[in-house]
Amino acid sequence: MSQLEIKDLHVSIGEKPIVKGLTLTVRSGEVHAIMGPNGTGKSTLAKAVAGHPSYTITSGDVLLDGKSVLPMQPDERARAGLFLAFQYPSEIPGVSIANFLRAAIQARLGEGEELDATGYYKRLYSKMDLLQIDRKFTSRAINDGFSGGEKKRCEILQMAMLEPKFALMDETDSGLDIDALRIVADGVNALRSTNLGVLMITHYQRLLGYIVPDHVHVMWDGRIVKSGDKSLALELEAKGYDWVKNELVPA
Amino acid sequence: MSDVTATESLPAPIADTVDNPVSGIDQTAGNFSYKMDYEFDAGTGLSEKTVRYISSVKKEAPWILEFRLNALKQFLAKPMPTHWATKDLENINFDKIRYYLSSGQKPKRTWEEVPDDIKKTFERLGVPEHERKFLAGVEAQFDSEAAYSNIKDIVSKQGVIFVNSTEGLREHPELFRKFFGKVIPTGDNKFSALNSAVFSGGSFIYVPKGVKVAQPLQAYFRINAENFGQFERTLIIADEGAEVTYMEGCTAPKFSTSTLHSAVVELVALKGAKIQYITVQNWSANVFNLVTKRGVAEEDAEVRWIDCNIGSRLTMKYPGVVLRGKRARGEVLSIALANDGQHQDTGAKMIHAADDTTSNIIAKSISVGEGRSTYRGLVHIPKTLANCRNNTECDALLINEHSRTDTYPAISVRGRKNSVQHEASVSKVSAEQIFYMMQRGLSEGEAMSLAVNGFVNDLVKEFPMEYSVELKRLIELQMEGSVG
Repeated sequence: MSQLEIKDLHVSIGEKPIVKGLTLTVRSGEVHAIMGPNGTGKSTLAKAVAGHPSYTITSGDVLLDGKSVLPMQPDERARAGLFLAFQYPSEIPGVSIANFLRAAIQARLGEGEELDATGYYKRLYSKMDLLQIDRKFTSRAINDGFSGGEKKRCEILQMAMLEPKFALMDETDSGLDIDALRIVADGVNALRSTNLGVLMITHYQRLLGYIVPDHVHVMWDGRIVKSGDKSLALELEAKGYDWVKNELVPA
Repeated sequence: MSDVTATESLPAPIADTVDNPVSGIDQTAGNFSYKMDYEFDAGTGLSEKTVRYISSVKKEAPWILEFRLNALKQFLAKPMPTHWATKDLENINFDKIRYYLSSGQKPKRTWEEVPDDIKKTFERLGVPEHERKFLAGVEAQFDSEAAYSNIKDIVSKQGVIFVNSTEGLREHPELFRKFFGKVIPTGDNKFSALNSAVFSGGSFIYVPKGVKVAQPLQAYFRINAENFGQFERTLIIADEGAEVTYMEGCTAPKFSTSTLHSAVVELVALKGAKIQYITVQNWSANVFNLVTKRGVAEEDAEVRWIDCNIGSRLTMKYPGVVLRGKRARGEVLSIALANDGQHQDTGAKMIHAADDTTSNIIAKSISVGEGRSTYRGLVHIPKTLANCRNNTECDALLINEHSRTDTYPAISVRGRKNSVQHEASVSKVSAEQIFYMMQRGLSEGEAMSLAVNGFVNDLVKEFPMEYSVELKRLIELQMEGSVG
């Protein structure tokens, strides 16, 4: 059982405060959704937790199983078990998905340990079967010329292979049509387990119809202003973000 | 004969595992020099006496001595090409260079006959057991003589001649004299003249009509004495319809003073023949690598240069193809990696001299740290020709803000019936790409080397398997030290 604790976190971009005191705990096996309008700091939260160099954490802490990740480089955080599914994944021309994942898994092995290639491909193909991804996919360069749906499936495949303790999913539904959304959601659902905690960031309730969260948090101006179960998402959908603004945000 | 032994002046082996990776083999074993007694030594400096000494040691025919002496005159008369090339050339001290060293052995025929200390070198270079057997087909040049040269049975049964330059000129003058110095005339440039004066080593290959050599012929070169210039001379003739691939990998131990490598490579592809010449150059960072490489392609023939430059202090090399027969094809695929203190000045030349000829140039360069890469291209299609095509792509990748890249394409295409296409790009590895890869658990250095390997990936695929794996590892090693 693992635990990701975000404690009174404050994040700035340059001089501008974006996240202003956010506290949240996610445990293994739980799926949390953070909802909120654009510009409220949801993506900033995800990137700051992952260690993006453009985001400065001005106060607060992020603990993974009780240990602060803040002194760690992004790659150390990743190897410790934090995975960020990007809203806009980078293209890496010439680097195939298979080679990229292989390098990422090799990076998790100890000094002098060599990846077993046969075992690796076996596992890769079984994950691809699970996620219903065509095997030809692995020879394509990472995200290079991918459609929106392909990029998101590529993120889910990486998540499946790297088996993180916690996945931060940043607007995984953005840019997807309804079919692509269903495929991606099926993939995430297939990966749900007692060993994985998920923090889903989304603007719309739509995604939550496919990936049903255990907890829903409403974010506004850099803070969580209301938490509840999945019914909160429906209530939010019905009442709109004006409801949050008028009733939930302290004047 | 000289009693000077080069080992006396050699520095202690340097146990550096990163800076001077060895091409072709285990990279941790590259920085050493092995003890070797030189039986023949032309001393330092260049004069008529030096040239005469080299020629006499090699027991050459009078016409070759004549050729050498004429070349020396041309070398001395020619100015440094610093009006267009880098001023760094002026730092070469020709008086401090040794132009000829040899242990005086005859080229070896079988593995058993190879001296133990040279076998030991292969061992230290980490050549695996199965590859040592493979070396039975290898022309390995230790210093200025081929210490080991054995044409595989299959190759010689096919009538292929694969010898060193001395033996080629001595034993087969009727074959080699016709083309020797014809593709690249002595006076082509200052360094081709230098090579013509003092050349030793290198391969002379003749592939008879219609013979297709199944496996690549290989050569390893290394410089193993301080201040010792290496001036190998290679001439490959593929007779009508013949096909051959030649690969050379260069390794050199690290020395504190500059060394000079100045080779001349001439390729002749007769009607319908195909020659592919692959180089992975990884000289240590104090070597001036000034090489002239050119091929002639007759009717329906193809000459293809695959050229990869990772090492050296300064490389100046522009492999070229003269497309002399109709429908001839020429291609240069080039990768250059310039790290701190390095300047890779590379490119390609395509001279169209017949109708329906096509040429293709793809050049990719990576500049790291304060490294500098320069692309110089020459494409010439005169207006008297028709249906000639050239495609040139040059892509540069800059790793950080102090690195530098320049592109000087000179394309002269005349006439209404010819076409040319030129594309160039300069890109950077973005911070977002690096973050993306680090988020998957790769260190910054690993992320960078993956991005760089991706950049050259489509070209590396053209390399034979063992070279592409090697190249990938070399790039990884180069990138490791470039971040943080």
